[in-house]
Amino acid sequence: MKPGTRLHSTVSEASVVVVRPGTTDVLTCGGQPMATEPSGGATAADATDGEQLVIGKRYVDEESGVEVLCVKGGAGPLAVAGRVLTVKSAKQLPASD
Amino acid sequence: MNIPMLLEMAAGAADDREAVRCGDESLTYAELHDRASALAGRLVADGVENVALLALNSVDVPVLQFAAAAAGVPFVPLNYRLTDAQLDAALERLGSGLLVTDDGAGRELSLPAGIVAVPSAEVRAWSTDPAAPRRDGVDVPGDAVALKLFTSGTTGAPKTALIRHRHLSSYIVATVEFLGCGPEESILVSVPNYHIAGVTSVLSSTYSGRRMVQLPTFDPARWVAVAREQEVTHAMVVPTMLNRILDELERLPGGLPHLRSLSYGGGRMPVAVLERALAALPGTSFVNAYGLTETSSTIAVLGPEDHRAALASSDPDVRARLGSVGRPLDTVEIEVRDALGQPVPVGDSGEIFVRGDQIAGEYASHSALVDGWYPTRDRGHLDADGYLFLEGRADDVIVRGGENISPGEIEDVLLEHESVAEVAVVGVPDTEWGERVEAMVVASDGHVVDEAALQEWVRRRLRSTRVPSRVLAAAALPYNETGKLLRREVKQSLRQEVVGA
Repeated sequence: MKPGTRLHSTVSEASVVVVRPGTTDVLTCGGQPMATEPSGGATAADATDGEQLVIGKRYVDEESGVEVLCVKGGAGPLAVAGRVLTVKSAKQLPASD
Repeated sequence: MNIPMLLEMAAGAADDREAVRCGDESLTYAELHDRASALAGRLVADGVENVALLALNSVDVPVLQFAAAAAGVPFVPLNYRLTDAQLDAALERLGSGLLVTDDGAGRELSLPAGIVAVPSAEVRAWSTDPAAPRRDGVDVPGDAVALKLFTSGTTGAPKTALIRHRHLSSYIVATVEFLGCGPEESILVSVPNYHIAGVTSVLSSTYSGRRMVQLPTFDPARWVAVAREQEVTHAMVVPTMLNRILDELERLPGGLPHLRSLSYGGGRMPVAVLERALAALPGTSFVNAYGLTETSSTIAVLGPEDHRAALASSDPDVRARLGSVGRPLDTVEIEVRDALGQPVPVGDSGEIFVRGDQIAGEYASHSALVDGWYPTRDRGHLDADGYLFLEGRADDVIVRGGENISPGEIEDVLLEHESVAEVAVVGVPDTEWGERVEAMVVASDGHVVDEAALQEWVRRRLRSTRVPSRVLAAAALPYNETGKLLRREVKQSLRQEVVGA
């Protein structure tokens, strides 16, 4: 994974962009490895009741250092080596421009 | 990450929200996205290598900015205040591309062979052609150059700064909450489109879902009228604009009841102007931002709480923060270094270095980064709590008999004198000292410039080496269009005074 790589869930509509690749190679969504191309259709797992990923939120795994930005919402969760990524709480900055 | 991603997200999540308005014209996010995608398709089909712009703000400007980004080619907004000859030189350096111009620009440019000029009306027709092939540009590499800006060159020859997609998108994603603004929020944009803050304002407004309300050019009466009529909640100004807005508000009472946040930057803000603004706009939060073209805009912020705390404090160190540019963003590192490149202790002055994902620090000719750090050429110091104070450009430092003297320190002292409205302190070549300190002063209303009194004023507050050997009265000082003092011109006229004497 490289910064800017776009990854698509194979179990939902969700997609993310890599902000920091960290030390990991495999990011999963809903338990399945994410793909560099959209899966293009519903899969058996589409009805997953996993945590909903929210557009515009950043998700991180502290251990591997990976950080991604959700650019399209859908069912998750995101995980690395079985560890579920958490929402990065961004410090609210006053608008400067 | 890239710029098209920012617009795609906003258009996907807030498609029918108004994105931009200029006078009676407006576009929703869906329309902005569609026009930019259509125009990008055309730019790619025509093999356009650069998209230059020479025009006032309009709803077409963000379309063009996002279209260039989606086509993966640089957006090159040009300073319309330059002379024809200066513009020709800039276009010569650009080499090839499209030049989008206002119909009535009245220019006589001798365009280089590779530059094709097109009126903005024609470009608008391309962007609204339903049959045009679309290109959303989400696959544009983060390393592609997104922006070329000819820097203002207040101290030397202008340079072409390059800023890549990854710099701008990192800055936006790290500092702006996606759709963090409500549908009632809007920002009044009056900075020119060729200024870095004009470019980043389009991006941060889009990503936050905040409506852009544009003024074609800055005019204080129009600014106040549009702010009231459009009920704008946010605005960004440079110091010279703020003073003129305050004059206007005194003339036309009623305040700005909807204005929640006013950010300022791009030049030194006199504390007196700021205090006047805080009194005139009691319901408004103030934000001071510091940044450069080469740093993708803001790298340090003095927020509303900092302003309130400084105003309310009796501790002189806290009070002084009204004159600081605040603390660095979480996503950048700032160091103050000495002439040998070593970090200086807290409180000591030196050159400001900055590092982070948003820092470009690159020109068409070379990268200025040193081990990833960008030397800003700005001088300043940090206080014990990490607040950054600017002292002027490193190139403006006066070296008198081997001693480094910061003009800002002397200017601040002179500005405290009731007879001084504006002041510029510069170094003038001197056979004995190498350089000597001289000042040019614009007197405040009802006062005259008294050289001996001002020299004594400085002598009592600073070391004797800081005392200007001459204090000249002037009717006005030269500034560029964003309120930056043009010291080079002050120096030149002080030298000519000597020749003429």
